Amino acid sequence: MSSAAQRFVNIGERTNVTGSAKFRKLIADGDYAAALDVARGQVENGAQAIDVNMDEGLLDSKAAMVTFLNLIASEPDIARVPIMVDSSKWEIIEAGLQCVQGKAIVNSISLKEGEDAFLHHARLCQRYGAAVVVMAFDEEGQADTARRKIDICARAYRLLTEKIGFPPEDIIFDPNIFAVATGIEEHNSYALEFIEATRAIKQQLPFARVSGGVSNISFSFRGNEPVRRAMHSVFLYHAIAAGMDMGIVNAGDLPVYDDIDPELREAVEDVILNRRADATERLVELAPKFKGEKGAAKEPDLAWRALPVSKRLSHALVHGIDAFILQDTEEARLAAERPLHVIEGPLMEGMNVVGDLFGAGKMFLPQVVKSARVMKKAVAHLIPFMEEEKARGGAGRQTNGTILLATVKGDVHDIGKNIVGVVLACNNYDVIDLGVMVPAQTILDKAKEVGADIIGLSGLITPSLDEMCHVAAEMERQGFAQPLLIGGATTSKVHTAVKIHPNYARGQAVHVLDASRAVGVASQLLSPEMKGKFVAEVQSEYADVSARHAAGERAGKRFSLAQARANKLEIDWPAYQPPKPRFLGLKTFAPYDLADLTRTIDWTPFFRSWELIGTYPQILAHETVGEAARTLFADAQAMLEKIIAETWVEARAVIGFFPANAVEDDICLYADEDRRQAIAMFHTLRQQMAREGGRANLALSDFVAPKETGLADYLGLFAVTAGIGEDPRAKAFEAAQDDYSAILFKALCDRLAESLAERMHERVRTEFWGYAPGEALSNAELIAEKYRGIRPAPGYPAQPDHTEKGTLFQVLEAEARTGITLTESYAMWPGASVSGLYFAHPQSAYFGLGRIDRDQVEDYARRKGWSLAEAERWLAPVLHYTPGASAAA
Amino acid sequence: MTRTERIAALKQAAAERILILDGAWGVMIQRKGLQEADYRGTRFAGHKGDLKGNNDILCLTRPDIVTGLHDAYFAAGADISETNTFSATRIAQADYALEEAAADINREGAKLARAAADRWTAKNPAKPRFVAGSIGPMNRALSISPDVNDPGKRTVTWDGVYASYSEQARALHEGGVDLFLIETIFDTLNAKAAIKAILDLEDQGYEPLPIWISGTITDRSGRTLSGQTVEAFWNSIRHAKPFAVGLNCALGADLMRPHIAELAAIADTLVAAYPNAGLPNEFGQYDEQPDDTARMLSEWAQSGLVNILGGCCGTTPEHIAAIAKAVEGRAPRAVPTIEKALRLSGLEPFELAS
Repeated sequence: MSSAAQRFVNIGERTNVTGSAKFRKLIADGDYAAALDVARGQVENGAQAIDVNMDEGLLDSKAAMVTFLNLIASEPDIARVPIMVDSSKWEIIEAGLQCVQGKAIVNSISLKEGEDAFLHHARLCQRYGAAVVVMAFDEEGQADTARRKIDICARAYRLLTEKIGFPPEDIIFDPNIFAVATGIEEHNSYALEFIEATRAIKQQLPFARVSGGVSNISFSFRGNEPVRRAMHSVFLYHAIAAGMDMGIVNAGDLPVYDDIDPELREAVEDVILNRRADATERLVELAPKFKGEKGAAKEPDLAWRALPVSKRLSHALVHGIDAFILQDTEEARLAAERPLHVIEGPLMEGMNVVGDLFGAGKMFLPQVVKSARVMKKAVAHLIPFMEEEKARGGAGRQTNGTILLATVKGDVHDIGKNIVGVVLACNNYDVIDLGVMVPAQTILDKAKEVGADIIGLSGLITPSLDEMCHVAAEMERQGFAQPLLIGGATTSKVHTAVKIHPNYARGQAVHVLDASRAVGVASQLLSPEMKGKFVAEVQSEYADVSARHAAGERAGKRFSLAQARANKLEIDWPAYQPPKPRFLGLKTFAPYDLADLTRTIDWTPFFRSWELIGTYPQILAHETVGEAARTLFADAQAMLEKIIAETWVEARAVIGFFPANAVEDDICLYADEDRRQAIAMFHTLRQQMAREGGRANLALSDFVAPKETGLADYLGLFAVTAGIGEDPRAKAFEAAQDDYSAILFKALCDRLAESLAERMHERVRTEFWGYAPGEALSNAELIAEKYRGIRPAPGYPAQPDHTEKGTLFQVLEAEARTGITLTESYAMWPGASVSGLYFAHPQSAYFGLGRIDRDQVEDYARRKGWSLAEAERWLAPVLHYTPGASAAA
Repeated sequence: MTRTERIAALKQAAAERILILDGAWGVMIQRKGLQEADYRGTRFAGHKGDLKGNNDILCLTRPDIVTGLHDAYFAAGADISETNTFSATRIAQADYALEEAAADINREGAKLARAAADRWTAKNPAKPRFVAGSIGPMNRALSISPDVNDPGKRTVTWDGVYASYSEQARALHEGGVDLFLIETIFDTLNAKAAIKAILDLEDQGYEPLPIWISGTITDRSGRTLSGQTVEAFWNSIRHAKPFAVGLNCALGADLMRPHIAELAAIADTLVAAYPNAGLPNEFGQYDEQPDDTARMLSEWAQSGLVNILGGCCGTTPEHIAAIAKAVEGRAPRAVPTIEKALRLSGLEPFELAS
């Protein structure tokens, strides 16, 4: 269709009781859920606004309008488009306007009752903030000729713009579409009259728009939908060309003008354009022939299969479709001189399109990873042929460079790293991924062996930061000069600039914030022209960051440890009766029912792991990332069903409750209620920022009754996993060139583990510790932590020391009971695991430790039985001083 | 000066420089450590139910505190101070059973601010001070259900919200404010009721005053609580022909910046921003220091994004002084001319270009 047509605005008509018997029945029956589905269907089919009309004698129309619009306000996938409030009664329109937060369109007002009423209604529209449809209707009646239509609209325009300053761009004229082919001769010109009036209005009345109720035109063919649709399509084709801007139509149900059967189209066109006297009879005669024709069934559009093979490959890559990739790749290979040419030609061209769309923000990570899956399958098909060719002495493939990736020793987290690998591979880098828990020397040996151009390190837990410093120092010592990329959740530009960069003078360490930046950084580092400038920029930025960091370290006054302890949280212990858990000791759940975990899944971090930023469920309706989020979510739901139905992983948990009391900043666990025999000591750290105005310096121990109170308090412990069996299945996906499924699967296992932690905590509160038996919170409320008590984990802001997990696991016998193990950096393996402590006191709350001073580090080292250097190493991220520098400057 | 002269002076000042609004009131009042008796005063000594925490009532019971805060912010360099009437609507005051005091709070609150502003203007006529009548969002929303199981449910009606805002606006007008500030909008429909209430005042013989409309983007999703994007929000309220439009609350300057930049590009009126002092810490308190806030806002000014700056939750006179100093001498944003087009909105904007 013409370019004018592409700007045509479809207004959904199905939510109109006067035009849709089905909708009328739903409203009359009070079935608003189904009525909302009708509205949703209109938007999904491309309606850019929806017309809502409840004018039906037997309904309480005003109440129905208010009810329906209030319900729409709670449906983001409908409410995203503007509403057209449609009624012949002003009272109902006004009630509708009082329910719509967006800028709506009023449909309609007119001069039917004279100028005063017209202007009164228009002024109210201005104050409610609505655009307005003005019908070509005056004191004499509805206009049917072009002349009358134009005159009435011109008069209304002048009144509106000159008398009350109504913005002309907010005026939409409806010059009345009436039925044609009714058998009454005067009606034959109705379509033409409308079209002519449209043309004149658009020329003579600046900024005003033209709209109309399209289905009126075909009223005399009620019951013959194919003919009606053809009439709408032909009518719109001509009306749009004359300037019609919008129409109330059944969105998604209009055939393209060119696709209408030529015989039918010509007969319809004769009627619409009133081209021959017998046009109506001819269409009436022809109509039954088309009556039975159903619209094409909705199935995947395979039209692209008719394209040449290079275009098919490109299509498959851009749309992430792997159904035909092997046969298409083979066809391309047979046609190519060398298998390599298939990669360097159509496949790389397709991936370049993907890269461009990703760079332009038009594709998102989940889609790119799907594209990469297609690419990998194609390349895997070609590799045997290339190797055979190589064996015969052929030249190999040119890539943009070799990049070595690894999650450092002691750390097991790799979703982000895998995504980076996929994105780089998509951009024609040769990616070698060493996996997780990789020692420094293995990384460096492999880098030498393959001649890596760049080394990339990933890590999620804080001890990994230290390991990265170590790798950098080893690279320096062993004479490496390649760029070193740093990424992962706890890494930061500041840490890279201050701690890693100085360790590696010969090469350049660069922090990469997320996967979408990886390609830009790699390409600049490997480009002889760009590298110098890029490195200079990074170095100057890191110098700034370091200087600012050094200034910041000195800023921020600290209390001495004694001062901080004196300002601990004051809990009125005598007034508190600690609840006693329903059992003491350990309780194991192996396996834990996966089906019990779907309710408490927090989906927001799932989307974040794919770099889709936004809160679930609103993200599904987001204007830019919504589509990618919906597709990803559908894939996730489908896989989750399989994970549960086919038990792809096993979830396990162990929890325990022990008598406990606080001793200074530590929490002592006792074997029994005698509280004489200590079985473990949990060490906690206390905030040291200089406080004023009554805020306490917190430590987790503050939430447990001190020994001297004589109160019988308790501490809970837990370790849960949803990762038993995760690794082999993820590896199987990877082996099948299906990184998309591998990453999706791991991300889901993480969600299930977090969900198990959430669900188990809920059961602890309601059943096992039982201090909140009546609690009934929604998932949103759980996510918002609206419950009593907390479950802080070692390694997180309230207690940044990961080594406390050692004590936790020992008491819980976690390894034997759940199969979770700890690495040398105290990461949990499998990665989809969560552990922590349960505190029940109503005043217990999450907090951030902030930075701590040397006096506390010395004290903590004494309590843990560490040297000062050891303590400084484990607490490096939270030190408020530079280790080794002289004390108390 | 008459009010008409003051409004002309306000528009003149806005054309010449970046205007400064005051900062948070809640945190400053909290610091005074007031007790229940302070809130009750003599007028409400026998009132049933607690009044502590109803900061707006201090306009009637501790006017000295309210005047002191206006003075503190004017002293810090604010051009505009807000009346202490954020929750002084019949609907919001119902929580304290003080519906009948709503009009008095607004009238007295406006008078206190008026007197303070006039005193400061008299001291330095070259820097006239203005009073914005604060109209908060209410604690009940017209387009959000309080019950997830009953999405069509509403706890207020348009007529109730409209009447409540109308009463507030009239009393603020009578108390002498120079402009209305509809702020912290999380549900645009409530704001539309406030706009209509204000526009309708003209029919009741009140002199029209400039309107400043300030929405709240609640989180990184870039939407209001009721789900609108910034542009959809602007399309929804533009019929008020606001003197200024902007954002406040919920976000600190760093997270608010992209949304203000978006508004600066589409709004053909003054753009105003008063972010929180960063995000709250785990105790709900704000740690961002005055210099940090000022440094970020100064960059906005330098980038030509804003005409009015101030502070919301967690900001103090020290923040306002730092902001005023940092943007002193900087040119205000030039108001762009926006092409006429049919612009509508649902949760998302709709534009039919010519």
